[in-house]
Amino acid sequence: MDKLNEIIDKYRETEGALIPILQEAQEAFGYLPKDVLVGIGKGLKLPLSQIYGVVTFYSQFFLTPHGKYTIRACRGTACHVQGAKKIISTIENLINLKEGETSPDLKFTFETVACLGACALSPVMMVNKDYFGKMTPKKITTILSQY
Amino acid sequence: MKEYRTNIMLCTGTECVNKGALEIKKALEEEVKKRGLEDEVVVIPTSCDGFCNAGPIMIVQPDGIFYQQVKVEHIPHLVEEHFLKGRPVKSLIYVPQKEAQPIARMKDIAFFREQRLITLRNRGLIDPEKIDEYIGRDGYKALVKVLTSMTPQEVIEEIKASGLRGRGGAGFPTGKKWEFCRAAKGEPKYMICNADEGDPGAFMDRSIIETDPHSILEGMVIGAYAIGASLGYVFIRIEYPLAIKRMEHAIEQAKNYGLLGENILGSDFSFEVKIFRGAGAFVCGEETALMASIEGRNPEPGQRPPFPAQSGLWDKPTNINNVETLANVAAIINRGAKWFAEIGTETSKGTKVFSLVGKVNNTGLVEVPMGITLRQMIYEIGGGIQNNKRFKAVQIGGPSGGCIPENLLDMPIDYEELIKVGAIMGSGGMIVMDENTCMVDITKYFLTFLNGESCGRCTSCRDGIDAMLEVVTRICEGKAIEEDIEFLEELAPVVKDASLCGLGQSAPNPLLSTLHHFRDEYLTHIKEKRCPAGVCKELIRYSINSEKCKACLLCVKACPSSAIFGEKKQPQTINIDKCIKCGVCREICKFDAVIII
Repeated sequence: MDKLNEIIDKYRETEGALIPILQEAQEAFGYLPKDVLVGIGKGLKLPLSQIYGVVTFYSQFFLTPHGKYTIRACRGTACHVQGAKKIISTIENLINLKEGETSPDLKFTFETVACLGACALSPVMMVNKDYFGKMTPKKITTILSQY
Repeated sequence: MKEYRTNIMLCTGTECVNKGALEIKKALEEEVKKRGLEDEVVVIPTSCDGFCNAGPIMIVQPDGIFYQQVKVEHIPHLVEEHFLKGRPVKSLIYVPQKEAQPIARMKDIAFFREQRLITLRNRGLIDPEKIDEYIGRDGYKALVKVLTSMTPQEVIEEIKASGLRGRGGAGFPTGKKWEFCRAAKGEPKYMICNADEGDPGAFMDRSIIETDPHSILEGMVIGAYAIGASLGYVFIRIEYPLAIKRMEHAIEQAKNYGLLGENILGSDFSFEVKIFRGAGAFVCGEETALMASIEGRNPEPGQRPPFPAQSGLWDKPTNINNVETLANVAAIINRGAKWFAEIGTETSKGTKVFSLVGKVNNTGLVEVPMGITLRQMIYEIGGGIQNNKRFKAVQIGGPSGGCIPENLLDMPIDYEELIKVGAIMGSGGMIVMDENTCMVDITKYFLTFLNGESCGRCTSCRDGIDAMLEVVTRICEGKAIEEDIEFLEELAPVVKDASLCGLGQSAPNPLLSTLHHFRDEYLTHIKEKRCPAGVCKELIRYSINSEKCKACLLCVKACPSSAIFGEKKQPQTINIDKCIKCGVCREICKFDAVIII
């Protein structure tokens, strides 16, 4: 919890620090467990309910641990038109996870994203910070076998 | 600075890097060195050139030769032929669809020829991480002019006279916005750059920041001077890590050069900029929601008036401009309002950046003068529809916009014209759809998106979108009746009228525009229980044409639900009960034997 106090202290003088603190806490701990949220509440003198409300509103925050590799499939308009549904169902079948799920061995997390902003390469997916464009079901098999 | 005979401008935008640009850079540098050309030829990584579909791309200067789809294995031959012997390599030169003649020079390629770069004036020309290169292209010259020879009111008058309107969606005149904020009482005042690009299908804000972050900072400082703001925020969505990194770097450099911070350029004016990383909510693109997010609250839009100009961030006067809007500011100050106002149409001045994506041949980011027609966009710049399919519609304006059909392709693009046909300019996403796109399914797609992103504050938006989605889903499933369309037409205006913010007010647009322009397609789903585009799962069935099937069994291996069976060396069959209609078999079949019925 020292790490958390360090983060909170950094923002003590800043107005509206809740979101940056949550972002940094998530980067530090990998996700936002309950005791971290309680700690932030105490540090900022905010009710836990308010923090929980913010955490669950934004898609970036998560309350359970994520896998080592987060696979993000884009479902933006350009990707949708170019067959994103097929890409999503192929990934789901290959790693046996539904959208939003993490494998029990914490290897993969599968998410879909509103738009990854690489529309010229649609359909697009990401594994951690790497983009993969012009996806086909066949390409997915090759890419995922590298992880 | 050292001068070279040949500059290889290698695009290192997100798309080209994804296709191997960094490996190409390494290979090029090694090969150049191997040939002893390192004092004559230099590789310069540049930001995105916009022609993402052709990537990885490079432009050889000063002769302007454009190479596309370059791979590492091409490099030895390329270096020997072009950089040693001076003969451009034909096989890497762009060949337009349906034409045999390759086009060597960038300026002659249709994708670039029709473009006019103001916002993206530095694309492909500078290294975005070097402030000196921005300054070398007249960067921060406008800021010097403003701080040394113009009053805030004069800056506002200049922007007003240019006719610049907000590029983020609604198109409010920028100069007027600044004037309201200047006139408002309260200290401090805030200047916010809205880079929470949430519209699916649009990526110009990301690209502009990655390409030329200083152009946005310069616009922000000028705007802050005009309205009297002392603190600024750049609100960037967390999904854009490279853009965040480039902007952080640019802010640091600008501070070191005295272009940000206390007493900018020795004047009395001080202005500081911070980055705020958006945490992932589409509604944050709305001004009041965005400010709530910076304040650490849930991004629920607030009642307007009071407008942000009077009472915004922490109840202080606040001005919010979109990335693209700000990138225009320095160019207008440098070249004058008159120059800017001569470009475009009567009501829409200047240029607009569009992300031209979907089923066109040339996908990428294009900047064109306002008033260009949709047909020019799609057929000249975009090079027509992929695989010679038939054009069906172009979707403009994201989830707040609409779908425009073929008979309107000759309309000029400007704010007012788009509204007339049920779309909006929005942030400039332009998604081209062909005969294989189902318009009811697209409507369902947008309603699903909006249903998830509605903050839930207004009943009309929260429950109205949900109700529209429920009905449209029934249409896609072939379970609807004709009266359902009447219901949708009755409900949509209520959602529009009774919602507080732009998200709800414009949420019915995709529905209304497709109902208006593609009513027949809705009726086919309802009356004939058929999806003409072959998209809606419940209304289609996959089958194998036994005459075309060569029994290669690729589909059998690929089928995730083991639904394809048959004797060896005989045409295969699909078990309809097992088939999950994922379409993998159709995609993988080399003989077009899998059909949709």
